[in-house]
Amino acid sequence: MEVVILKQGPYLIATIQSALADADIVQLRDALVQQVGTHRARGVIIDVTALDVIDSFATSTLRDIAHMVRLRGAKTVIVGIQPDVAFAMVRMGLGLEGITTTLDLEEGLAYLDRETKITANQ
Amino acid sequence: MGLADLQQKSSKSTSDSTSALLRELVAHLAQNRAPLREEWLRRITEARLLTAMSQDELFAEATSVYDSYVKALETRTLEALQAYAQNLSERIIPLGVETHEIVGIVLLLRDVLARSLFAKYHTDSELMNRVLDAYEPAANAVALTVSVGFVQERERIIREQQASIRELSTPVLQVRERLLLLPILGLIDPHRARQLTGQLLRGIRATRAKVVVIDITGVAAMDTNVANHLVLTVESARLLGARVIVTGLSPEIAQTLVNIGADLGKINTVGDLQGGIEEAERLLGYKVVPTTIEAQPG
Repeated sequence: MEVVILKQGPYLIATIQSALADADIVQLRDALVQQVGTHRARGVIIDVTALDVIDSFATSTLRDIAHMVRLRGAKTVIVGIQPDVAFAMVRMGLGLEGITTTLDLEEGLAYLDRETKITANQ
Repeated sequence: MGLADLQQKSSKSTSDSTSALLRELVAHLAQNRAPLREEWLRRITEARLLTAMSQDELFAEATSVYDSYVKALETRTLEALQAYAQNLSERIIPLGVETHEIVGIVLLLRDVLARSLFAKYHTDSELMNRVLDAYEPAANAVALTVSVGFVQERERIIREQQASIRELSTPVLQVRERLLLLPILGLIDPHRARQLTGQLLRGIRATRAKVVVIDITGVAAMDTNVANHLVLTVESARLLGARVIVTGLSPEIAQTLVNIGADLGKINTVGDLQGGIEEAERLLGYKVVPTTIEAQPG
């Protein structure tokens, strides 16, 4: 199932609705990296609230997205990881080091607002 | 008629005579209910058993135990007695009745009844033997049922209490908007560590906490597993967008954490709980100012 990417002001929001096949995640990665440029986005939010499982491939792809998006000049935040999923990921050593995660979409937007304001002031 | 038939017949007649004897026994016990019960109560008081109960309570319980006992001998089924024993245990365990008391009174009843049988049948030693053959297994089964029922009930209560202690011992407290405090006291075993993590992560989600202070001042020692688990908990909380501050690490725990090579860079540690809360307030943008200056007139 393809993930819909919504544009919200200077941000792109990708809400994952159901478990994804590897190909879908790769497709999401390509689309996001592409659209950061076309929409001149400052930030990317990936909402994983609906996911019961986040495996190693998904984790590494999320990490790739964050790094690629940074190279394209925007920030990435992963939002809505469920408590059980979080613990399972960490136990498997998939800790998403160096990538910002927040509780939910609202927090993610607040984080990006703060971050982009700091960058703008500099 | 073959030998086997003969044997079968004889064993059948033995069991018939056993039930006949038991019937006779029960009739005897029912007839002498009042004096035997009195005798039993006297023996209980003499042995200083069930001192937690008043005389009236003891009398009422003794009467129903006696009746259930005789009933179990009569019907030769233990289900009703089992249910009664459980019910009795539920009532008397909160009074502080000990296992030896329950076993003691049941054995006393067994002895009192055996003596009354002895008094009745002592003239005919052969009949006496047969009566005891019938009485003893049944009486032992009854004694066993009551004692086991009591112990099982105790164990059930202990299990329940353990579960509730576990629940109580890991409260997740909200100190301020978006600030949680998790004070950990006592021994942490792997089971409790898992439960603690679950409660904390759910707490973060429920209260939308941004900072969590885990205070482990009350934890004397931590093994490698639990230390690793703590690191995992801190990481998991980060994935939920919350920062964790660990306070009150004892020298022993600090040593453990370093010896296992736990990645301490990920754990934000502050010396004591006060420092931890201050750090958390700073992270959340709170500023605590004393009001006394404003309160003064002028």
